Amino acid sequence: MANFYTDNPSLKHHLHHPLMQHIVELKERNFADADHFDYAPIDFADAMDSYEKVMEIAGEVIGEVIAPNAEEVDHTGPQVVNNRVVYAPGTTENLNATIQAGLSGLSMPRRYGGLNFPMTAFIMTTDMVARADAGFCTLWSLQDCAETLYEFGDEEQRQKYIPRMCAGETMSMDLTEPDAGSDLQAVMLKATEDPENGCWRLNGVKRFITNGDSDIHLVLARSEEGTKDGRGLSMFIYDKRDGGVNVRRIENKMGIKGSPTCELTYKNAKAYLCGSRKLGLIRYVMSLMNGARLGIMAQATGLSEAAYREALAYAKDRRQFGKAIIEFPAVSEMLAAIKAKLDASRSILYETARFVDIYKTLEDVEKERKLDDAEKAELKKYKKLADAYTPLGKAFATEYANQNAYDAIQIHGGSGFMKDYPCERIYRDARITNIYEGTTQLQVVAAIRHVLTGSYLTQIQTYQAETLRPELDPLKARLTKMTNTYEKLVAQVAETKNNDYIDFQARRLVEAAGHTILGYLLLSDANRDYEQFIRSAEVYIAYGEAEVAKIQQFIESFDIDKLQYYL
Amino acid sequence: MSLKIIVLAKQVPDTRNVGKDAMKEDGTVNRAALPAIFNPEDLNALEQALRLKDQYPESTVTLLTMGPPRAADIIREGLFRGADGGYLLTDRAFAGADTLATSYALSMAIRKIGQFDVIISGRQAIDGDTAQVGPQVAEKLSIPQITYAEEILAVKNGKITVKRRLERGVEVAECALPLLITVNGSAAACRPRNSKRIQKYKYAKTPSEKQAAADEYAPLFDSRDYLNLVEWSTADIDADTQQCGLSGSPTKVKKIENVVFQAKESKTLDASDAQIEALIVELIANHTIG
Repeated sequence: MANFYTDNPSLKHHLHHPLMQHIVELKERNFADADHFDYAPIDFADAMDSYEKVMEIAGEVIGEVIAPNAEEVDHTGPQVVNNRVVYAPGTTENLNATIQAGLSGLSMPRRYGGLNFPMTAFIMTTDMVARADAGFCTLWSLQDCAETLYEFGDEEQRQKYIPRMCAGETMSMDLTEPDAGSDLQAVMLKATEDPENGCWRLNGVKRFITNGDSDIHLVLARSEEGTKDGRGLSMFIYDKRDGGVNVRRIENKMGIKGSPTCELTYKNAKAYLCGSRKLGLIRYVMSLMNGARLGIMAQATGLSEAAYREALAYAKDRRQFGKAIIEFPAVSEMLAAIKAKLDASRSILYETARFVDIYKTLEDVEKERKLDDAEKAELKKYKKLADAYTPLGKAFATEYANQNAYDAIQIHGGSGFMKDYPCERIYRDARITNIYEGTTQLQVVAAIRHVLTGSYLTQIQTYQAETLRPELDPLKARLTKMTNTYEKLVAQVAETKNNDYIDFQARRLVEAAGHTILGYLLLSDANRDYEQFIRSAEVYIAYGEAEVAKIQQFIESFDIDKLQYYL
Repeated sequence: MSLKIIVLAKQVPDTRNVGKDAMKEDGTVNRAALPAIFNPEDLNALEQALRLKDQYPESTVTLLTMGPPRAADIIREGLFRGADGGYLLTDRAFAGADTLATSYALSMAIRKIGQFDVIISGRQAIDGDTAQVGPQVAEKLSIPQITYAEEILAVKNGKITVKRRLERGVEVAECALPLLITVNGSAAACRPRNSKRIQKYKYAKTPSEKQAAADEYAPLFDSRDYLNLVEWSTADIDADTQQCGLSGSPTKVKKIENVVFQAKESKTLDASDAQIEALIVELIANHTIG
């Protein structure tokens, strides 16, 4: 009986982070829902107990249904029949199981049929789903579209669509077009007002739309005729029940093959404006993307978990030269590195999820009443932290998922290159994570701002100020040195005031920040649970320290006149 | 249409992963080494009941189980998966029951519950493998039965159509309500526990569980009646104690032996087709395979 929650103690560790008390209290508003909903908690302990129990249900469905289906889904994949997507049979079975388990709409308020769980809990289910099947994980993560609908839709729209999503209908976000990928300002899908019918009409083409035949779509379209940039774009809700959008084809992809990636044609499709005109890209999609990036971070972490488990099992099982190959340091050090990167990814994943939980819940509270000054300051602080950690975490977790999947195959040797072991699927699936929802290069563009304005440093200083168990002092001292190096390098690059040069070194500076932050996070994990995390803390900090030294060597010896050779 | 459905379920030791410590020295089951679980085919039965309720939402699914106080887990598990309520028969007088005494107790409890349209149970429990309790309950209640069911196909005009999975084929049977159905393990797996329902029912307890341990959520038992699970004794179901438990059980265990499998003889074959073929023929002939 596989249970992906109970067999993975690190999930419990992150679910029970000390900050959860504050998050739960914010989220539950003095547990007022208990009077109206028979499944609402009556106090903090009750809420945590419910999270535990629901994570166990999720872990069981994921371990017993989704994981065993993964291989078949990868082989069969979805099809297009009469302009509609037909999922692989395993995908349908997965969806039905999660619906029966009542896991849809985990983070939505109860009044719309959700469970009102924190983002942290939703992200934990995503982490588990990705370990089982990263392709199905895309469908799972798209539930997050409901967050955007909840935040920016009007009450009528919330009441119409969110309960449907909570009952298991799927969602998609239709952003990308043939000529608008990373640059969404170039979106051309045309939205025309239809006052007679009290709606809008959409015409045009979208491409690379994940789960593009979903029940409820959020669509980015050009509502302002004659405009060319992001300010002419608005967000629309398209309901599949209204018709007008067809699936022309689905992509034949390298990985996440169970996830239908669709080309869509809109023919006078009826749609409704979500939020205000012209804020589609600059406000709503940015918010949508941040949520999606957190989801990909979780997907990448789940993939790293899968890679680690496959590699570990094989290394214990496979015998060469008279012993299990795990007994060779050449293999075991790779496993130690995979585990350290996995634990580090998971640490920043949940740290970010908690930041998101605090600021989003405060924003939600603000809709009901005025926040006091302390709450306003808190909202601002955590929003900024979420903004800073989302690109950083996405960049690190997704690059590590790729490295871990690569190493997992390496540990399998020739067998890993065959289609016989799951590691080859994990390797193919991981490859998209550092590309979609913004490539790592674009994450660096978002993160460098926080390097230059000092957001990362401020947070590092918060970590430094924490009192830890004394046996962690030596590691902490090494992190202090890494922090000093990071600070020095940032100053050195920034003071050139040469934008090309700053852009050129941006990736390295962001990496230095990341290694330091991930080191601190693992230290904090080891402080709470020494036995579980000390190995990863030691291995990661040694690795991060060497990486920072490498970055230092490069930046300090770089002659700015040589920049021409790189541009 | 609404149906009153009763599901018979049993808590059993998980005999599917038996290790060497599964039996005690004295030949009795070492319950501590085997986790107590919902009998697998009873879960298949529950799923068939819940599917009827999906189809006819006004229907009610009620669990009935007999066992020690901890068998209340069965009722809770059923509630988490979609049942409406349940009854736990627990009393020292029920202990040591064979299939006859068990079916007597269950049938008395069903009489006490009153009206019903369909009783569904698993074909057999993994601890005894008798497959007798379901049929005996039907006999005692003087209602028809359909055994080895794989799927309930339809309920119409007071009749039920059921697909039976038999050794060498499939049979579709029709029967008038009320009846008892026993369900095979080849039927659809039971749906998972539901996230909302587990939050709703997680504190549900029987009176003896409430007595056994102080509960910080005790005030909830007054305001949320659905958290109070029903527990019945022999007196509650008007049962004749002579027909219950050990005294009502004609089956007496004479002796239990701990059988340890070990190879007594060995054979060496070469890799020739002829030898392998001869082995296959031999294994089929002595019913090891085939």
